[in-house]
Amino acid sequence: MNDTVANKEAKTPAKRVGAAVWYLLLPLLILAVWEFVCHTGIFQSYTMPAPEAVIRAAVDGIRDGSLAKHIGASFLRVLEGFLIAAVCALALGVVTGLSKKAECFFELVIQILKPIPPIAWIPLAILWFGIGEPSKLFIIYLGAFFPILLNTVSGIHNLDGKYLELARVYEVDKLRLVTKIILPGALPEILTGIRVGLGNAWVCVVAAEMIAATRGIGYMLSNGRSLSRPDQVILGMLLIGIVGKIMDDILKFISKKIVKWA
Amino acid sequence: MTHTAVSLRGVSKQFDDLSVLSDISLEVPEGEFLSVIGVSGCGKSTLLRIIGGLEQQTAGEVLVDGVAVKKPTRNTGFVFQDHRLLPWLTVEANIKLGLDKKTPNQDEIVQQNLELVGLQEFLGSYPRQLSGGMAQRVAIARALANRPKILLLDEPFGALDAMTRIHMQQALREIWEKEKITMILITHDIEEAVYLGERVVVLSSRPGHIKKIVDIPHVCHVIRTGTEFSETRDKIYREFFRDENVALDYNI
Ligand SMILES: Nc1ncnc2c1ncn2[C@@H]1O[C@H](COP(=O)(O)OP(=O)(O)OP(=O)(O)O)[C@@H](O)[C@H]1O
Ligand SMILES: [Mg+2]
Repeated sequence: MNDTVANKEAKTPAKRVGAAVWYLLLPLLILAVWEFVCHTGIFQSYTMPAPEAVIRAAVDGIRDGSLAKHIGASFLRVLEGFLIAAVCALALGVVTGLSKKAECFFELVIQILKPIPPIAWIPLAILWFGIGEPSKLFIIYLGAFFPILLNTVSGIHNLDGKYLELARVYEVDKLRLVTKIILPGALPEILTGIRVGLGNAWVCVVAAEMIAATRGIGYMLSNGRSLSRPDQVILGMLLIGIVGKIMDDILKFISKKIVKWA
Repeated sequence: MTHTAVSLRGVSKQFDDLSVLSDISLEVPEGEFLSVIGVSGCGKSTLLRIIGGLEQQTAGEVLVDGVAVKKPTRNTGFVFQDHRLLPWLTVEANIKLGLDKKTPNQDEIVQQNLELVGLQEFLGSYPRQLSGGMAQRVAIARALANRPKILLLDEPFGALDAMTRIHMQQALREIWEKEKITMILITHDIEEAVYLGERVVVLSSRPGHIKKIVDIPHVCHVIRTGTEFSETRDKIYREFFRDENVALDYNI
């Protein structure tokens, strides 16, 4: 409701420009302060480069294709790990959400594994899978798995009891109860889980790549540190943030398209 | 010789140590329109939910079509106070969800019942595209689609504005006249009870039991403004309030 009102207000061009300025004001301020501080000479340029140095690094990276290579590598890893995790977590989530017995069976293990951050698995992952691709995928998988699982289960549990009562009154069969009532009812929460899961996967890929990799944004960071290239490090961090936001925006958009009724 | 559609014999209901219904006995002949009226919290919904099989009585017997009620069935239609349409399904899919999967000619059934409530063009609409009154009519169509022998309505128009409510009451009355389904309507609106019910059951509260059953003259179902109507209405009003000056607002 508020959303549509805001949208209507933003319709006039003047207000639209105003909103855009307001939206970009803080980042521009930060940029200005950053620029200013760098020119006062408080920091050495080899610890804190000026914005233009980061821009130069970005331009160089685009020119020689290294930027696309690193982003592409990280993105593909995330996609692979995330998709495997999403399939597993959805399947397990639906089963544990629907069946008390299954929930009881899995609950303790899930609750103990859940608080362990994926990064804490890195040493074990390296021992098990070595430093190649599988260990990175494993970490990404863990990052995406739990948010999707937990949101799927809670989405199913939180379904309004009045719809279950409706199903009783109309003697809706089990199959249709699940496919037409329970799953669509849980869908908004499941989609939230998927968004959080993808965000986590993106965090995990960087962490995994910082350990051992020859490409990817995480590699850009660790490589930038060993070459004493803070501009490259900051560029890498900004890319993590920007790509993460874009991915989340895309998922948010897709969710809105799917959950038309909310 | 009429058949008995619903018969309650000494029905009581207890929630923990709260006695909600006490010793309710009532016979509803087939094809009757029965209104049940009572103050808020007197156990009207509980009574209807027991007849519908959504709740179990603590004592007594509940028979629908001569058979003890154990759980809800499609033969007993239930219209809730909220329309309870699934927001992610179209009107058509909502109605079909209420049908047995094996029912043949489902499209035709959906069409017929939407026509009955005057919403045949809204087949493909989503609930959010309907007004409150339209959504409630779809809910009635969904209940009717199963050809239930009995239709239970729990304050189905309670959330609607006065104008829409009157239209809905007329529409429901027409459906009842056409389909000859036994209907039990819960309401706290005396006018609604009198206009629709052939008999009005007045429930007392704490615990709810039958205080009085009022036979409604047929003319009340035709003219809502005549003296006969207001006299009947006042009679029921006095079951709840003692004063002689009848208040303007008949909602209790
Ligand atoms: N599941 C339940 N558990 C415990 N108490 C309940 C339950 N359902 C209803 N009650 C109690 O039973 C009493 C009657 O409730 P009921 O919903 O039948 O009233 P009602 O006549 O339909 O009221 P209203 O007109 O407000 O809908 C209330 O005091 C309520 O608190
Ligand atoms: Mg009620």
